[in-house]
Amino acid sequence: MLAGEMGPVRQLALQHQIKVGEFFDAPDFVPVSQAHIMADTESLGEAGVAWLERLASHSVTERHVCIPTITDPRGTDFCKAAFLKQAPWMLDLERRAIDAFVKLGVLMTDTCINYQTVQAPTRGEHLAFGDTGVVIYSNSVCGARSNFEGGPSALSAGLTGRTPRYGYHLDRHRQATLHVRTDWTPATLNEWGALGGVIGRLAGNYWSVPVIEGIERVPGSDALKHFGAAMASFGSVALFHIVGVTPEAGRLQDVAPASAGIRAVRVGRADAYALQSTYRVDEKIDVVVFSGPQLSLLELASLAQLCDGRRFTIPVLAVTSPQIKPDADRMLLTERIERAGGTVLAGMCFYQSYAREIAQANGWKRLMTNSAKMVNILGGYGYQPMLASMEECVDAACVEVV
Amino acid sequence: MSLREFHARHAMGPRVEGIALVAKDGFSARYDLDRTRGVFSRPTHKLVGQSYRDRILVLDAAKGGVATAWMLHEMKARGMTPLALVFNAVNPIMAQGVALADLTMLAGFDDDITSIVASGAQVELIPDQRLLRLLAPAA
Repeated sequence: MLAGEMGPVRQLALQHQIKVGEFFDAPDFVPVSQAHIMADTESLGEAGVAWLERLASHSVTERHVCIPTITDPRGTDFCKAAFLKQAPWMLDLERRAIDAFVKLGVLMTDTCINYQTVQAPTRGEHLAFGDTGVVIYSNSVCGARSNFEGGPSALSAGLTGRTPRYGYHLDRHRQATLHVRTDWTPATLNEWGALGGVIGRLAGNYWSVPVIEGIERVPGSDALKHFGAAMASFGSVALFHIVGVTPEAGRLQDVAPASAGIRAVRVGRADAYALQSTYRVDEKIDVVVFSGPQLSLLELASLAQLCDGRRFTIPVLAVTSPQIKPDADRMLLTERIERAGGTVLAGMCFYQSYAREIAQANGWKRLMTNSAKMVNILGGYGYQPMLASMEECVDAACVEVV
Repeated sequence: MSLREFHARHAMGPRVEGIALVAKDGFSARYDLDRTRGVFSRPTHKLVGQSYRDRILVLDAAKGGVATAWMLHEMKARGMTPLALVFNAVNPIMAQGVALADLTMLAGFDDDITSIVASGAQVELIPDQRLLRLLAPAA
């Protein structure tokens, strides 16, 4: 492959992987069963799309991925692009990227919740997943093994069927490095996200592995989704353990032997609400967004229930995956949300969809959401994001104030 | 003649020399930058409003999402990248992005590199020796 006998596309992919592997002193490669590519066109730009098109111009034998390779959300929902006021050039770039990915043999799943909608990873399964939320959930909740694989590296893994063996593919990196004690079990998704954000900030970098002790109820998949996504966003964390909940931490000593002497911290409700309150700088809001991660069917059902009998006076966007949208339509969840004045979008993620440009086009600045991950990201895009529960967001959308 | 030398555990890219822009803060191309104007844009970032273009960024940790792996490549095509990146702690995304964009990066030092190098200092990075050389202090 490295000599080019399997074509220039796989050669380029392997060269890229070797460069990254050498940087992290990887001893060899590990076969992976799936790859997941983050590649919205705001990130790719013209240069990235042209790079994909060059790869896609080779013969089918040379260019096709050799393991199941799926995609993270796109930069638009083509059915709702006019509503978002996205420019034609954005859609052209999206179409070119999709065309290139299809030629490369990539399955366009367009989701950041593939562990809820496509196929949940299994314990010990080696993967090359992109999207930090996908990686931290797969590693922590499923016990699978992946590093953060950016688009070029995930595509390379799809083409070579392997990835450099370093980081979270290795047992030694999966031990806890931070012992977090809490006496508070969050109830709502924004609370789980805020607690994840607090722990992410404390952990501080990719190589930190928090183990959390004191969670009193087993959280559901959506709670752990928001918890992990926020921890990854605020701290670049890729793996956490919850004692008695996640598969590698049946007991504290399974991931934190007494001899390890790791740093210990205590966090609670006050810390989570302090984080949330730092984003409360205005009473007025322009738009409410439920996204980042995409909503599960159960989240959409909760939202639909809250929308019954309500009338929004500002835009409310609910973003889900293309796998869930047909079910939401069939079960009339979409209709109930849109009857109140909301809009259900599929296959995109709000912050990956030219967030700065659509803010300017729509006059959106003060944005309310129940996603801690989103509030962390959107400040850099010029928004004034606010974090609140789904109920508070729906209430605020009817009166335009918090 | 160099003032001081510091060894990194991880390195890649070509040798470069330039002016340092330093902060004890994180870095993500998506979270922290206005990539069109070439400035730090996240209001809470310690370098907010400052241009990163053609500077050797010396920061604490690579943060945030996977988008940086593509964004550095896109920024390079427009001539809108930092000259190089230096971190105390790096994540795979930054390494993957630097590899695709063919930039220079050093990471992992025995001491906090953001407290050693000051903004405005003249710095040389020599990846094949995993070496940061402080050539001249900040004016």
